[in-house]
Amino acid sequence: MSDPEQTPERSPEGQSLALSEGQSLPGQTYTVTRADLVRYAGASGDRNPIHWSDRVATSVGLPGVIAHGMFTMALAGRALDTWAGAPGRVLDLRCKFTKPVVVPDDEVGVEVHVSGTVTGVNEDGTVAVSLEVRSGDVAVLGRPRAVLSA
Amino acid sequence: MALDPSLAGRTFPATDSYVVSTERVAEFARATGSTYDGGPAPATFPIVVAFAAMTALMEDPSVGIALHRVVHGEQRFTHARPVVAGDELSAVLTVDSLRQVSGTDIIGTRSEITDARGELVCTALATLVHRAEEEQ
Repeated sequence: MSDPEQTPERSPEGQSLALSEGQSLPGQTYTVTRADLVRYAGASGDRNPIHWSDRVATSVGLPGVIAHGMFTMALAGRALDTWAGAPGRVLDLRCKFTKPVVVPDDEVGVEVHVSGTVTGVNEDGTVAVSLEVRSGDVAVLGRPRAVLSA
Repeated sequence: MALDPSLAGRTFPATDSYVVSTERVAEFARATGSTYDGGPAPATFPIVVAFAAMTALMEDPSVGIALHRVVHGEQRFTHARPVVAGDELSAVLTVDSLRQVSGTDIIGTRSEITDARGELVCTALATLVHRAEEEQ
C-alpha cells in the first residue's frame, strides 16, 4: 500500500503489553486502491469479480467495486499488530461486515481509519480491545473486537 | 429455494493439506500493507484455508447454495497459536447453525484448522448470508 504508516509506539518484542483499561489506541489511516484489491484477490484466493469489476459489482446492485470484507478485517488486524508492537499477538478477532468499502478506479483510492480502545485487561494479562473501522463517516465493520495475548 | 434444514450439524470432509510458505504469507501481508518478518502470519491469514472449506460447502451440489447470492456476514478467528511458515494446514467445516428469515438462509459455519499433527491452530467462524432469489 502506498500510504506512510503512522509511527507506532513499539514495545520491544517479548515484553508484555503496557496497555491499560480505557486507553485509546492511536488511530491508523490506511489507503485502499484497486491495485491493493487485485493483490489481495491473488493472495487470499478470493477472486469474486465484485472486488475488481465495476460491471459485475453494479449488476448485483453495488455502487461499484468494493473491498473484500476480509481485506478490511485484515486492516483491523494490521492496526492490532501495530498497537501490540509485534505480529502474532492477536488471539481472537471478530467482526460483522455491515457496510461496503467502495474503492474508486483511480490512483487516490479510499481511506480506511482504524481506531481502538482497551476495554479490559484480564487476570491472565490478555487484553480486550474494541475497534472502530470507518470509511469516511461510515462504520464499515460491525462490533469489531479483539483479544491480544499478554 | 431455501436450504434443507438437515444441513445444520453436517460436517464436511477435510480440505486438502495447505503448505504455508514464506512467500505466500509475505504476499498476503504485503497485499494489506503489513510487513512480514518471517515470524507469525497475519491474524486473518487462516482465511486462505477456511475459504477453501467454505468454497467446498458452497459448491457442493447436494447443499444447493447459489454462490452469487452469498454474502459474508460475519467472521471470527480464535487462534490456539499463530500460523507460521512450514505449517501444513487443513480445515474441517461444520455447519453449526442454519436459520431462515423471510427466504434468506443464515448459515453459521465453523472451520477447525489443524496442523500436520492434528493439533488445533485456529477456529474460523463464518456467517454466510444466502439471499432469497429475486422475484421474477
